[in-house]
Amino acid sequence: MKEKKTKVKSASDDLDQTIANQGKDKYILRLYITGSTSRSILAITNLKKICEEYLEGRYELEVIDLYQHPSLAKGEQIIAAPTLIKKIPLPFRRIIGDMSDREKVLLGLDLKEVQDKKDGQKI
Amino acid sequence: MKKAENKISNINLPKSPTGIMGFDEITLGGLPTGRPTLVCGGAGCGKTLFGIEFLVRGAIQFNEPGVFMSFEETDKELINNVASLGFDLNNLIKNKKIALDHVYIERSEIEETGEYDLDALFIRLGYAIDSIGAKRVVLDTIESLFAGLPNQLILRAELRRLFRWLKNKGVTAIITGERGDETLTRQGLEEYVSDCVIMLDHRVTEQTSTRRLRVVKYRGSTHGTNEYPFLIDETGISVLPVTSLGLEHIVSNERISSGIKALDEMLEGKGYFRGSTVLVSGTAGIGKTSTAAHFAEAACKRGERVLYFCFEESPNQLMRNMLSIGIKLEPWVKKGLLRFQATRPTLYGLEMHLAVTHKFVNEFKPDIVILDPINTFVTGDKEFEVKTLLMRIVDFLKVNQITALFTSLTSAECSIEGSDAGISSLIDTWLLLRDIELNGERNRGMYVLKSRGMANSNQIREFVLTNHGVELRDVYIGGKGVLTGSARIAQEAFENAEVLRRKQNVERKVREIDRKRRELETQISALRAGFESEETEAVMMIETEQETIKRLEQDKMEMAVSRKAKIGKIATKNLKNN
Repeated sequence: MKEKKTKVKSASDDLDQTIANQGKDKYILRLYITGSTSRSILAITNLKKICEEYLEGRYELEVIDLYQHPSLAKGEQIIAAPTLIKKIPLPFRRIIGDMSDREKVLLGLDLKEVQDKKDGQKI
Repeated sequence: MKKAENKISNINLPKSPTGIMGFDEITLGGLPTGRPTLVCGGAGCGKTLFGIEFLVRGAIQFNEPGVFMSFEETDKELINNVASLGFDLNNLIKNKKIALDHVYIERSEIEETGEYDLDALFIRLGYAIDSIGAKRVVLDTIESLFAGLPNQLILRAELRRLFRWLKNKGVTAIITGERGDETLTRQGLEEYVSDCVIMLDHRVTEQTSTRRLRVVKYRGSTHGTNEYPFLIDETGISVLPVTSLGLEHIVSNERISSGIKALDEMLEGKGYFRGSTVLVSGTAGIGKTSTAAHFAEAACKRGERVLYFCFEESPNQLMRNMLSIGIKLEPWVKKGLLRFQATRPTLYGLEMHLAVTHKFVNEFKPDIVILDPINTFVTGDKEFEVKTLLMRIVDFLKVNQITALFTSLTSAECSIEGSDAGISSLIDTWLLLRDIELNGERNRGMYVLKSRGMANSNQIREFVLTNHGVELRDVYIGGKGVLTGSARIAQEAFENAEVLRRKQNVERKVREIDRKRRELETQISALRAGFESEETEAVMMIETEQETIKRLEQDKMEMAVSRKAKIGKIATKNLKNN
């Protein structure tokens, strides 16, 4: 299995912080995948798209292949793959799946309005 | 039983012994090696413990490391919980014998955003297995996943894959599951894990709770199908293989004394068979416990170990009471040969009693077990259960060559034989103590109702409690029935008098004859004396006469000579005349 560890780092500018009202914090995201399955690749592409759109310049994404680092699965309490973990900003979230449900990903990343959230939870 | 177990497990399916007391006997060897087993049951029925004990015993006794993946308790909680059962998980973890992994799922933290799988869980489990070379795995309780992950379709497919994956891994696994309303488990896990299903149960009937275990299915193997009671105590789980699988126990020809000499005499003069089951039944206050205590004391004197279950008296009370009839039990308790186990029958359910009995017997390894009394178990209409309970106890003790003595209280109203008929077929030697009421007295009688394999006495003996123990005396059976107590004493006195009278008669006769003989002898000697004196007289007379005759003839001869007659002729004539 080839390693899939991509680091996408954007330069954090002082400007960015001031621009968006929702963007008070820098996002630190970790995506855990299991090998280069189609689902893994789909998740990475979907996530990157969302991040670029909503969090441009203020996120840090690390993609980790669990096959390469099996001990992390226990440490990070991961059971499903792919799993995206949002540690910062709080609240702590696990977003599982191939990230194709855009609305839910945004919900998980707290990038949606409160009203939408309520609707989302009903589903 | 051991032999059968080995035979079966060798021919059929390879099995991994769990090391859980009694469980391997029911399943004839343990859980199916390399396959998952479902352990299901309600809350608090011991699923987690079953799993952890399977791992710990596997690691310690069979050198098979194990992974415990917990979906409910954290590692720390788990370690603390099982420490009370004497399992030192920390040490086992340090030695790479056990690996714990707590899977934490918080619904509120999770957002599903599309298709996913549980590969991460597989990796995680696989990593834990490989890190210690595990042969055993426990997943406790995997159904928690259903609460954490809403997409059931994915979950079900993934679980199916998980169990197949476990099989491919070749680990012997236990998957625990909560009991559902109509299905064995809430999420129907039995669909996926179909090789072996074990059901645990915790039931309360009449305010006593009993844990039970049942092997619902075991593909490719025979197994006990009953509900087996089990016990969780400071040493973990112990299941009892309640009914022995056959009647093939070894029998002994050895005889052991009952402790009562006269009773031994009634049993061919030798006592009970070793390994047999003795029942002493009778009404209240008749001396059942005394009979049992005698037996216990005799056994201790021989250096055997005795386990005495008392359900009605405290050990101290029993020892004090037995002292009054001269049976000293306390020294044996101090020596460690005699152990009392006193519990109220209502403390546990029937099955629990069996489990407790089992446990103590295995622990103490006695030669003799006394249950005093057995029928306090019968509270309510549970005769059938009591019978099965006793049958299981009897079988268990017989297999272990332990002589058992039960006492049984029979109520006065119904016939003594009838009330115990339920268990009579289990009993080898049955002693019956009964009241004999006569002449305003209540006395005790004992007889041997049956005794398999020996020519026992058919006599009813009077059973007397003296200050030096139990004594058996002959009773009198006459026109008025059985005589006991003072009536017996009166009868004895009467018979003694009769004997004396007859003796005197005989003596008188002897004396009379003697006297007569002496009289006769005196008469004979008197007659003889008279005769002798007559005889002497006669002899003397004859001699005198002969002398006279001689002299006369001489005179004649002389006269003839003097007359010159023919001497010869005259002499001949004279002789003829004589």
